[in-house]
Amino acid sequence: MGIEQKAGNLGIVTVGLEQVVNWARVNAMWPMLFGLACCAIEMMSAQASHNDMSRFGMELMRASPRQSDLMIVAGRVSRKMAPVLRRLYDQLPDPKWVISMGDCASCSGVFNNYALVQGVDEVVPVDVYVAGCPPRPEALIHGILTLYDKVRHEKLNTWT
Amino acid sequence: MAEEHLKLTIKALKDRFGLQESQLMKYPPALEAEPEMIVQICQVLRDEFKFDFLCELTAVDYWPEEEPRFNVIYGFYSHANNVRIMLRVSLNGDHPTLHTVEGVYRGANWHERELWDMFGINFEGHSDLRRILMSHDWEGHPLRKDYPLGYEEPQFSFNYDEIDKRKHHARYEEA
Amino acid sequence: MPEPLEVSYQELKHLVSERALQGDTVLLNMGPQHPSTHGVLRLLLELDGEVIINCVPDIGFLHTGIEKNMESKRWEMAEVMTDRTDYLNTTGNNLAYCLALERLIELDVPPRAQAVRVILVELERISNHLVWLGTHALDLAAMSMFLYCFRERESILDIKELCSGQRMMTTYFRPGGLWRDIPSEFEIAVRRFIRMFPSRIKQYDALLAKNPLFLDRTRNIGKLSKEDAINLSVTGPVLRGSGVAYDLRKAQPYSGYEQYDFDIPTGTHGDVYDRYLVRMEEMRQSLRIIQQALDKLPYGPFRSNNRKYVPPPRAELGTSMEAVIHHFKLWTEGFTIPKGAVYQPVESPKGELGYYVESSGGNKPYRVHMRTPSFVHLQALPFMCKGHLVADLVGIIGSVDIVLGDCDR
Repeated sequence: MGIEQKAGNLGIVTVGLEQVVNWARVNAMWPMLFGLACCAIEMMSAQASHNDMSRFGMELMRASPRQSDLMIVAGRVSRKMAPVLRRLYDQLPDPKWVISMGDCASCSGVFNNYALVQGVDEVVPVDVYVAGCPPRPEALIHGILTLYDKVRHEKLNTWT
Repeated sequence: MAEEHLKLTIKALKDRFGLQESQLMKYPPALEAEPEMIVQICQVLRDEFKFDFLCELTAVDYWPEEEPRFNVIYGFYSHANNVRIMLRVSLNGDHPTLHTVEGVYRGANWHERELWDMFGINFEGHSDLRRILMSHDWEGHPLRKDYPLGYEEPQFSFNYDEIDKRKHHARYEEA
Repeated sequence: MPEPLEVSYQELKHLVSERALQGDTVLLNMGPQHPSTHGVLRLLLELDGEVIINCVPDIGFLHTGIEKNMESKRWEMAEVMTDRTDYLNTTGNNLAYCLALERLIELDVPPRAQAVRVILVELERISNHLVWLGTHALDLAAMSMFLYCFRERESILDIKELCSGQRMMTTYFRPGGLWRDIPSEFEIAVRRFIRMFPSRIKQYDALLAKNPLFLDRTRNIGKLSKEDAINLSVTGPVLRGSGVAYDLRKAQPYSGYEQYDFDIPTGTHGDVYDRYLVRMEEMRQSLRIIQQALDKLPYGPFRSNNRKYVPPPRAELGTSMEAVIHHFKLWTEGFTIPKGAVYQPVESPKGELGYYVESSGGNKPYRVHMRTPSFVHLQALPFMCKGHLVADLVGIIGSVDIVLGDCDR
């Protein structure tokens, strides 16, 4: 007994608000083109036909930050580039997520020196870190699916 | 034919300018030059001996040795004769200066900007001497030997918390 | 948002022309994040309507301090960093570094290792030209080329993974030869690739070479004359497109290139279309070299026997005391190179890649300088793009084939 049985074949479905909003956010998340260095080539490989990211909703990469919801920081961020990165992050409209792809973005990788920001989480808050130098396209896709899992479990009071 | 051209060039430069052969360079053969004569030598190399291609312009810092402190290295290649030659120029002091060879080889432009940025070697007569690889308000010249590497201590489990306190963690709004 | 900085007249005066300061022309910032600049390159354009008066490149957004970092790592460990400069030509970078070290030490390299090095470097050349073609065509709105080129590239990455376990940053070449011997599937995989690839090049040519849209966008754009090119220290396909037949593999051969028979393509006009033709022909010539190297692949050791620099095989450690001592010395303090300096140039797919390596007698490099082709070609960019439209600039940057990791190091 309940509204579902009474509604019958009227084509009404009841779900929680969180579920439907998160479902909509996950299934068409468009990343912003932010390939900096070597990891960008593996990101392009992941977008190409062999490992296709479009299957997971990332149909295309938008160059403009105003039209995307995800920023994949692919590559090493130098100290000259860090203010640019922060500015682009601020221009992303809500809701926004950040994937830090590769060792250099997560912790500066092989390069522990004056020129690089040691881990991009000093500049922008990161949701998922993908390790590898460069990570295989399959590893990047695993990182994206982990982000989708995280988004699906977001709650009402944490939405921005 | 290439070997003879090289021998001819080295002999001519030694006779005209009094240069010595460098003991340090294994390949290609190099000559040591004085800073004042560098533009003249480049002109002679390009016009008379057809070394029309500047392939390398870099520097080495020998701190804490005071004399010479820097060594600027020029590399030339001749398309017509298929032969390479290099020049080494010694400079001293904390703010060395050298005349630019941009008038002879236009390709030296950015190489000299990079040497100014990384080593602090001033090039007189350069059209646009400003920082190229570091941001414009950076202080210091990174490739000098007395400039620190900027090594950040890795976080292991025993010192994780104390380094974490010092690190800056970015937040969603502007910090 | 941070406050915008005030820019004074003094700072801009020498970069822009008089007309800009009077408001006659527009200053446009083609910023570090841009879909067609192939990386983080910032261009300051001065435009009169849509025509470019001047173009000032601003680089350094990917500067990683590799040269300084290599001075604090041992000789073998520093090789890992050379991969990451020009990340589309990783084996070529390794080859240049190893050749420089081998010249300093005067280490012999067995012929099998030389042949395998040539095969992998030529495969990398094809892979680099594929990425160039894919992104260049993508910028000129032939979007399907991107997908085709990356499909071919997957086969090459599979071959590299067979040898070394890594798709891109392999560090497979070590001083003295290779890290370990090639597996038995290597020859089969390379032969399959050589059989499959010529028809693919024909497909790409059929799509682009006589396409009127492509011809309109690339003919007479970005011309660089022979004298200008040589004076600006330009090398590689850009120089060959302007008519100078200079290829280091023929002029000063290294690693056994003198045994192989191949041609050097050159162009006549020095425009973007000529550089396209030169690179397509280079891919075919690379296939010829790989075929010859694979047919002549000799048997033998894959790395030098000089135990002062090359670690002994693990099987020997159980029986020989000297092997244990060599292994111990190499693993704890690494090998030392006697005092000296060398400049080793190599023909990378983009131009002349030169490594200046200086040793002061220790186990760490004293100074390593990479003379990278992208750095030098980018300073020639303003000469190539004066008087063209902004839409042509995208094609010119693509034809010069810059990689910002190579440029900024």
